[in-house]
Amino acid sequence: MKARVRQTQEEYYRGVPTVPYDLVKELAIALVATLALIVVLAAVLSSPDVKSETVQSWAASDPVDFVTTATGELSGSTVSSQYGPPYNAGSASVQGYGFFSPQAWFGVHQAVDSPNDFVLNPLKIAATGNPDLAGALDTYNKADDKTRQGWLDAYSKGLKDAQADPSTGSFTVAQGDYGPLPVMMNSLLKQAQAGGLDGLLLSQGGFYQTDYTRPLLFMGDGGYLAGLAEGQKLTGSQWGMMNETGSYPGQTWLWLYTFWYQVPPFAGSSNADLGVVLMMTILSLGLLLIPFIPGLRDIPYWIPVYKLIWRTLPPTAGSQPPVHPEPEPAPR
Amino acid sequence: MSSVPSSWTARARDYLDRRLPSSNLLPERQPYYVGSWVYVFGVVTIAALFWVILSGIVLAFFGPQWWHVTAVGRFFNSLHFWSVQMFFVFMVLHLWGQYFAAGWRDGRAGTWMVGVVIFLISIVAAFTGYLSQENFDAQWIAVNAKDAMNSVGAGAFFNVLNFGQMYGIHVMLVPIAVLALVGLHIVMVRMKGVVKPIDRSAKVGK
Repeated sequence: MKARVRQTQEEYYRGVPTVPYDLVKELAIALVATLALIVVLAAVLSSPDVKSETVQSWAASDPVDFVTTATGELSGSTVSSQYGPPYNAGSASVQGYGFFSPQAWFGVHQAVDSPNDFVLNPLKIAATGNPDLAGALDTYNKADDKTRQGWLDAYSKGLKDAQADPSTGSFTVAQGDYGPLPVMMNSLLKQAQAGGLDGLLLSQGGFYQTDYTRPLLFMGDGGYLAGLAEGQKLTGSQWGMMNETGSYPGQTWLWLYTFWYQVPPFAGSSNADLGVVLMMTILSLGLLLIPFIPGLRDIPYWIPVYKLIWRTLPPTAGSQPPVHPEPEPAPR
Repeated sequence: MSSVPSSWTARARDYLDRRLPSSNLLPERQPYYVGSWVYVFGVVTIAALFWVILSGIVLAFFGPQWWHVTAVGRFFNSLHFWSVQMFFVFMVLHLWGQYFAAGWRDGRAGTWMVGVVIFLISIVAAFTGYLSQENFDAQWIAVNAKDAMNSVGAGAFFNVLNFGQMYGIHVMLVPIAVLALVGLHIVMVRMKGVVKPIDRSAKVGK
């Protein structure tokens, strides 16, 4: 085996008939042919670009969903508020098998405090020069936990039957004991609809920003983004990971990864992501190590596709010289 | 009597002269069996990668917003999009072709393994590219993919919600890795030559 590994190309090819082959010409033709194909596809089909959503567009298009989500952030009932590492100390989205939980091991790295980051801190800024909002915030902050939770629960229930007015972007909730929440949430909604909340959620104290963790988590907590995704066939149950908006091909090479989410034991499992990633890691290692795995490396012999691959017979003996002819016998 | 060169430079030169002479790197003749269609997939994969990189350089030069607001930018994004799609189609065909040709035979396991690593890194390259689109698809992928990344602890360091991080990885780190490994893959193929056809009397690999 060692001798084979160290065999030079000259030794490997010795005695094999050859044909003229212009590698550079082949590459040049391939470059031109692929460019032609790509240019035609680009010119005829263009590429997908469904405009991104903003907190502003969310609040304007679906004010009830926006306010329901913001209320959920305060009551701690949203996905991000209970998530766990790497965002906070929650545990609802932490995956693991027994002691094996890398998510928990690595801890909090992008700290997100959903009630304060998404709702209360932006409202504090908006309260400047707005005595009604400042008073509502003061009432909210001074209330005990039980009172606050009572307002939040009642308001959440009221929002389920809320009526939105698309023409004004406003909504109405039935009368109830909501404490300062209507003032707070209407202020937050107006702030969002004016575009101010997008900047506040992105800002982390510096001038330049590229980290969209907070606005994306907040938007992901709502139902608006998911509703749009469902319309584009992008959700998990629609094999969305390998789809793209419109009719364009997406990351089709993720078909196997997507497939595992559709079947037991991963479908519906709270550890689906961890299980599927581990499964794909094992399969990727298998692909990598095929040359060393008996059975997998033998399939090409059992399913003789190679007979289609190599249909060319060697040229007639003597018509073509080998790459490296047999060495001349040494003179006696 | 042969003398062993003393300097590392001379040893490296001697090694390359022996293992990868220019006649092996750019040969004018090939074994007769290289006439098969299966070898075209490797070449067109490289060709598609060339256009992926070139269109990507243009997009990176003008910035991530450019293609959303200009027709020329949109066209270059379309070139990038379709060249990536073609790159993956050709690469997967090349991979399957080499699998059924058992291309790892005769000491070529390393070449196969580097090829698989290129395939896996290319998936990361495409994934970070989809996250860098700055459109609805990118938003939705980020919101959902974070759970898979977080579940294995990778989310602590690889934050798919951080556009700056994903864009940097996409335009700089993964292209360097892919190009370096493709270069290595080609050199390995040229050093060892193209594997001989499967012996029709054989029943198992080795």
